[in-house]
Formats: sequence, structure tokens, C-alpha cells
Amino acid sequence: MSAYIPNIIFAIFFTVSICFFSNNVRKLYRNINLGIPINRSDKKKQRWIQMFRIAFGQSKMIDKPIVGILHLVVYLGFLIINIELLEILSDGFLGTHRVFAPYLGSFYNFLIGFFEIFAILVIISVVLFLIRRNVIKIKRFWNDEMKGWPKNDANLILYIEIVLMTLFLTMNASDLWLQINSNYPQYISAGSFPISQFITPLFDSFSIDSVVLIERSAWWLHILGIFLFLNYLYYSKHLHILLAFPNTYFANLESKGKFSNLESVTNEVKMMLDPNADPFATPSSDQEISKFGASDVFDLSKVQLLNSYTCTECGRCTSECPASQTGKKLSPRKVMMDTRDRIEEVGRNIDKHKGEFKPDGKELLNNYITSEELWACTSCNACVEACPIGIDPLSIIMDMRRYLVMEKSAAPSELNNMMTNIENNGAPWPFNQMDKLNWKNEL
Amino acid sequence: MNNIEIYTFSELLAQGKTPEILFWVGCAGSFDERAKKITKAFAKILNQANVSFAVLGSEEGCTGDPAKRAGNEFLFQMQALTNIEVLNGYNIKKIVTTCPHCFNTLKNEYPELGGQYEVMHHTQFIKSLLNDGRLTVDGGSFKGKRITFHDPCYLGRANNVYKAPRDVLEKLDVELSEMKSCKQKGLCCGAGGAQMFKESEPGNQEVNIKRTEEALETQPDIIAAGCPFCNTMLTDGIKNKKKENEVKVLDIAELINQASDL
Repeated sequence: MSAYIPNIIFAIFFTVSICFFSNNVRKLYRNINLGIPINRSDKKKQRWIQMFRIAFGQSKMIDKPIVGILHLVVYLGFLIINIELLEILSDGFLGTHRVFAPYLGSFYNFLIGFFEIFAILVIISVVLFLIRRNVIKIKRFWNDEMKGWPKNDANLILYIEIVLMTLFLTMNASDLWLQINSNYPQYISAGSFPISQFITPLFDSFSIDSVVLIERSAWWLHILGIFLFLNYLYYSKHLHILLAFPNTYFANLESKGKFSNLESVTNEVKMMLDPNADPFATPSSDQEISKFGASDVFDLSKVQLLNSYTCTECGRCTSECPASQTGKKLSPRKVMMDTRDRIEEVGRNIDKHKGEFKPDGKELLNNYITSEELWACTSCNACVEACPIGIDPLSIIMDMRRYLVMEKSAAPSELNNMMTNIENNGAPWPFNQMDKLNWKNEL
Repeated sequence: MNNIEIYTFSELLAQGKTPEILFWVGCAGSFDERAKKITKAFAKILNQANVSFAVLGSEEGCTGDPAKRAGNEFLFQMQALTNIEVLNGYNIKKIVTTCPHCFNTLKNEYPELGGQYEVMHHTQFIKSLLNDGRLTVDGGSFKGKRITFHDPCYLGRANNVYKAPRDVLEKLDVELSEMKSCKQKGLCCGAGGAQMFKESEPGNQEVNIKRTEEALETQPDIIAAGCPFCNTMLTDGIKNKKKENEVKVLDIAELINQASDL
């Protein structure tokens, strides 16, 4: 019976980790669904292509070639080394050791060798990432919104990756040593170790039992580290490794210049322009009084909320933003981070109050995003273009401006003048519409 | 030079003629002193190429773009529905405009409200005139001049039109040099999103100055623009840098005009 204790412990860790993760995925799903429905069920083929190209194929990461390649290595490393996870999980449940080896033969050797090469490439890339962030101090990693947790989060992820890869290589190195030096039957001769073979000699002065202990510890810490990392995702900016896929699928396919036309407004405007409409008619009771624009996360669309969870805080948007570049408060990345912080706050509120949101006197507007930030936007779409995974900060900025103007009449006074001019003269300046063709007399 | 007559759509219809295109002049093109020069330059090009065109004159209202980007969807849709009524009333099929903001709004935001037209930016239309041989230019006067082209956001990123203005410039035999941020990565002039009509928020620089600096880095003789608002912003930037005697900010239509001596 006691022989099964490791299997049981493994199964417990696995179950706890999966339950915890599923619970967070459920929360994530619930929070995103607090948003307004938006129809993105059209053009399925184009959407799959977009997802394949941008998320799976990383096509927009190539904009910055060096970091694009480094990111590609880490991404491929993640995908490829996770194949090994299948064996690790099987071994954990079955109490076996390298259970796939006998079935795969020399292909197994090739696979393990391949994983090792990726492991070392991942370590090199991650070290370079740490250097870019902390030594070269690339500007976009040091904006105001990156202070505190976001900065630590970014570094922590990189450290975890180094630790996981080091454990993977240590596990292989000690395994190789035991394959050569021990008679334990489980350490069958299997795998090729192009990288960890250089670590193996370090164990030469150790006793067999100590190396077994190292091998087992590395194996356990590696898989526990993966369970931990899986559950860390929800609390970090690293959710993009999962959400980049739905995010690019549901991303906007229209011209970037096309801003949504509010349907609720169309109905009202049509009525205003209709000479036969009865201005005193009471609206039918089934007509919901809709709110124009967004002041909180509930007024944003599901896709906008998904955007906020997908954001990796890389700051490409902010470094391309003309307002940011000229020292204005606006940072498109901060808009996304604020949106996520607020939806998380709302989520915690719901958890606390048994599934119901109790108003907390806060809103996305003002408590997170100020009108000064919103009015600094030139709507140039540089942020949308810059995002490597299809996030659209501009749409949130515009929805919040709509709220400011249509619900609060809180536009800057110069803009009110401009709008009055349009209303009265059909032009943003105080000229008479009748004079619109005067230029022809100057020809 | 023969006199150019500008007709409104209703005038031509009264004569029993249906013009090939509607030239949507836009508010800047109608009222702004600088932008009017672009309007006149384009009207001359249309005349030179024997394009039958008309304008709406006093029937043309603001497309609503600045109101929409400022967040006033009501005002935008009031403008849009009013304009659509006029455009559909004349059964207009094809619109050409010198303003990328009008272009974007007419092309992308009017269809859902009932206004379906073929909409072209004037740089695209000029390119088609050159390609079809309806218009010819002699690049002589610009030979060897360094020109850099500033991508208007609402033409470039918003609608992926990067090639047409550059193709037209190439016909002028100019030496085209790109700014460090151009095309998809082009920096805004600072006017979009209704910024044109307000002071900017506190910061350490004006966007138009930054963009002007980027343009000046290419050491141009001419900064070519395709938008009346970009034109204003960059002209102001050049004045701020006291370079107005060395560097000119000109619209593509104006360059074609000068090259053809219209």
C-alpha cells in the first residue's frame, strides 16, 4: 500500500491544482460575461485565419524582429516542452518512470534531445528579456502604470520560467547519471541529453542515493512548479498565453476607422427627424432606457473585457501613442490595465455578496480612468495597430467619451463650441452654411 | 487658362446632366483659408481631366466626424441622416473627397445608416486619372526635390490607403524619403479625434511639433500631406520651427497642380 503513496500525493496535487484553476476560469468567464453582448459570430473563416495568423503564427510580433524571435523561442518552447508534460503526468499517476520510452524507441531520444535544446534556448531568451527589462530599462517597461505589482509580476514570470527549465534540465542530468551509475531498474537507458550531459559530471562525487534524491526532487518541483504556474496565470498578466487565441478570434475585422454607430441613438434620431412622429408620445414600457456610452465595466462589451484580461502589458500601444509620446497622461496600456483591475474588483465584490454585485460607489470612470486621459486621445489607431494580439483600447476610450458627452454633458468647452457650430451651421466653425460654395468665386 | 465653372448637383440635374462624381468638399475645404487652396487645386485637376463633377454647396453639411470622435453620437447621426437624405435624394453613386475624415465617415459609417456610396480619397482618384491617361503630369519642376509624405491616420491606419498617395508622388519624379515612423506606424499630426478644435491636455510637447521634427529629420524641401487638418498642424509646426522659408507643406493636389501648371 505504502508504495502507492507518491501516486496518491500526485493525484491530490493534480486535482487541487485543476480544481483551483477551473474555479478561476469560471470566474474569468463570469466576469467577461458581465459585459454587453456583441455580435462577432460572423465571418467565421476570416476569424479562424486571423487567430491562426496572429495568435498561433505570432505574425505581429515580427514587427520588432529581435524580441519577436526571442518570444517565438519561449512560445515554441512552451508548446513543445509541454508534450513532455504528458509523460510526466502519466508517470505521476502510474508511478512509472519515463513510461513512453519503451514505446517510442529512438524517437524518444530525439524528443528528449529536442526538448533540452528548447529548454536552454528558453533560458537564454528569458535572461535576455530580464536584461531588457531591468538593465537596459526599455522605456515602455518603466511607465507610471508599471510601478509595483505589474513590474514584479513581469519579472516573477521570467524567474519562474528559468526555475522550471533549470529543474527540467537537472532532472534529466541526474537521470542520465543514474542510468550510467546505478542499478536501479527504473533508470532505464532512455533519452538523449545534448544539454544536461554537461551537468551530469557535477554529480560524480555524490552518492547514488543523493542523486536519486536530486532526481526525484527536481521531478517533483518541476511538476509542482507547473501546477503553480497554471494557477498563477489568472493573477498575472500572463493570461495572454491562453486568451490571445479567443481574443484574436473575436477581434474587430472591419476598417479601423469605422467606429460603431449606436443603435439606440439611431432610433431616437430617426424619430426626431421624422415629421410624423408624435413628440409627446410616451415610450412603450418595454423600451429599456439605455445608457449612452460607458462609465463602468458593465457598459463595455464582452470583447472589450476579454481584451483587458488578454493584455500582457507589453506597452507597444503606449509607446506608439502620440499623446503618451508627448507627455500627456493618456496611456492605452493603462486603460486596459484599469479595465481589468476594475472588472476584478467587481468580481471580488460579487464573490463576497453571494453572486450579486453590491454598488461600491466606484466606477471605471474617475476612480480609474480620468477624463483628462480620455480627452488626450487623437483616435489615431496607433495603439490598435501596435497591439500584437488584437486589443482595441481606442474603443473603450470612445465609449467613455460618449458617456461624458451624452450622459454628463462634460465635454471640454471648446468642443461644446465646435458641436454647437455643427448643430447651427453644419460646420465645426461659426460660418454660415449658405457660404459653403464661396470658394468658387476665388477660382 | 479657361474659366472653371463649379456646379452644384441640383444645377446639373436641372440641365439634365448627371455628373460622374460628387466632389465632397468638406467644411475645412469650404471655409479654412489654407484648405480652400487644396479644394481649388483639386477642382482644377478635375477640370483638366474633363471629369464631370458637381458639389453640394450649401446642401453639404458636416459629416459629423468631429462630433462622433468627441463622443456626441446624437449629433453625428443627425448630421449623417440629414446628409444621407440629400445624397440619396440625388441618387449619388460616387463621392470623391479631399478630406480623409469625411472619406472615412462616408465610406465606413454611413452605410449602416442607409448611405451606400463608392467613396474615394482624392489621392486615389488622382492616381486613377493618371493611370487612365486622363491626366498627365510633367515631373520636371520637382525633379530632385526631396519630399516626405505624412500619412493621415484616417487614410492610412484607418483605411489602409498607403500606396495611392505615394504612387502619385512617384509620377512627379521626386525624391521620396520616408520618415522614421510612416505608413502603419505613422505618427498622428495631433488633430484627429476632435483635437483640432481644442487645446491639448498638459504634456511636455505638442503632437504636431513632434511630427514636424520627424518630418524635418528627412531634410525635405516639401512635406506632402493628404488631409487639410494634417496640413494645418504641420504648417503650424514648420512655423514654430521657423522653417517656413525652406520647407513647404503642400497637399498632393497642390503638387499635381504645380507640376501641370494648371
